[in-house]
Amino acid sequence: MKKITLRGRKVVGGCAEGEALVTRDTISGWGGINPMTGTIIELRHELHGKSFKDKILVFPGAKGSSGWSTFFHTARLAGAAPKAMIFTNMTTKIALGAVVTRAPAMTDLDQNPFEIIETGDWVKVDADNEIIEVTKKGETDHLVLDDLKRQQ
Amino acid sequence: MYLTDEEKAMLDGKEGPAVQKAMDLLVRYGEALGAEKLVDTNNVCGAFVATNRFSRELARGPGGFDAFFSEFNLDSSETVKIPKVKTHTCQLIQTMDPEFWELQGVQKEHLELNKENEAFSSSIGIHLMATCTPYQIGNVPVKGEICAWMESSAVVYINSILGARTNVEGRESTGAAMLTGKIPYWGYHIDENRYGTDLVEVEIEVESMMDWGLLGYYIGEIVGERVPVLNGIKKVPEHDYLKHFGAAAASSGGVEMYHIPGITAEARTMEEAFGSRKPKYAFKYGKTERKKAYDLLNYSAKDPNVDFIMLGCPHASIEQIWEICRLLDGKKVHENTALWIFTPRPIRQLADRNGYTKIIHEAGGVLMSDTCPAIGQFLPKGTKVVATDSAKQAHYLPAIMGVETWFGSIEDCIHAAITGRWSGECK
Repeated sequence: MKKITLRGRKVVGGCAEGEALVTRDTISGWGGINPMTGTIIELRHELHGKSFKDKILVFPGAKGSSGWSTFFHTARLAGAAPKAMIFTNMTTKIALGAVVTRAPAMTDLDQNPFEIIETGDWVKVDADNEIIEVTKKGETDHLVLDDLKRQQ
Repeated sequence: MYLTDEEKAMLDGKEGPAVQKAMDLLVRYGEALGAEKLVDTNNVCGAFVATNRFSRELARGPGGFDAFFSEFNLDSSETVKIPKVKTHTCQLIQTMDPEFWELQGVQKEHLELNKENEAFSSSIGIHLMATCTPYQIGNVPVKGEICAWMESSAVVYINSILGARTNVEGRESTGAAMLTGKIPYWGYHIDENRYGTDLVEVEIEVESMMDWGLLGYYIGEIVGERVPVLNGIKKVPEHDYLKHFGAAAASSGGVEMYHIPGITAEARTMEEAFGSRKPKYAFKYGKTERKKAYDLLNYSAKDPNVDFIMLGCPHASIEQIWEICRLLDGKKVHENTALWIFTPRPIRQLADRNGYTKIIHEAGGVLMSDTCPAIGQFLPKGTKVVATDSAKQAHYLPAIMGVETWFGSIEDCIHAAITGRWSGECK
């Protein structure tokens, strides 16, 4: 089975894997998500109505209000946070938000993640070792099944 | 990240557990940013009130407000006793106006908790300014002053118009900054990052509050977090127009700094705005772009029957309140419509003294303080359709409250308040 490897910089340590949710739109915290469910609520967002709960969230970064970190902090307490985050544009909002979400996070990748990772791909974010492994959709069915079994 | 001996001592717990947790967060945050060091600050504006279910549960639990503050302002699951602040610290906007809590639909128990929360904040030295615009009521940073502020509309104001230096901080980093007097040295603290990136050729006159809101909303949509430089502004705008402009640009995008050569703090000329470098991007703003911003802001609105007119986002100045009084001029707010105006409490006191509060009250409107509908998540009962002169509020209300929202001029809004119907258009 073919895996694609990306290297980058650790933002928050740890290691997690799961299904990718990818957007090229930046995300608002306050007024952008429902922290109790992890659902994107911004009307004109391409992920409007979708939840990042337990996903590997791949996105450019944060925008909008300074409540960003509070909303992702709250999502962690509600059990609705992403499993890991991969983003491309560093700001204080995303840095603080990632820290308080306490999920593995990486940035400054050696390849453009939006050209490699698609929604539904299986992604392992090993932030401690600064490596991301991507298994493309279609080659991932058994991984999704394994994950479901683990959860049961 | 490099730490001084003083900072290392804080991290080692020499100044007690709360300062230790604060420094631990600043180190994690600074390293996430890739910051080289911390910097001193003595001007912190943050959010220190319990606003959601988890924070209220912590504040009501055995650890009380120390537990709430530890989790939400220091990212510490372990409860530590919170000592007095080390820096000048202001509370920003809150979730209710204690004078109008019933009208705002606030639960009695939340009102009680808010009172206790304010007592806790006061006891450690947090000034209860309770506004999104501390710069309107006395916290006016000096050019070059390193600040640690939340509130995107205030950040863009003090960076651009005053030349203070802050990034958009969050609840946890402002909590840590007020206990240590430190914040990661990064972003807009550094000269290099304050120069312009985008040249905006403004080809039409920008004269009213609505014009400036539309311009800000369009620019934010295009530049995201970059630093726009406006060329072609012929008339020096009022401070309220710039307040609106920045709030709009920080809502559609993440603008934290901009230049208008000859007007804002750090650029007398285009050369100074761009640091003698070429713009990375350039675009124009004309009639078509203005219309596009107008349509985006009115994206959610369909029903012309307006239930609620919201004014004062960011919080209104005394000049704006007087303008509203002049437009109301003996008329009455429609029986199916509510008119609420939001202003900092000290400005409301001034409005009381001037009789403006009475004029608004007699017309059927209410002048409120400390909060706004988007932050407090409240609306007059049964509200389905809102109208506002604020691009920021028009951007957020449909998502946060699920209501249709009209955006327009202050004249459009007051007209809708009186007739109960929206008739604004992109003139």
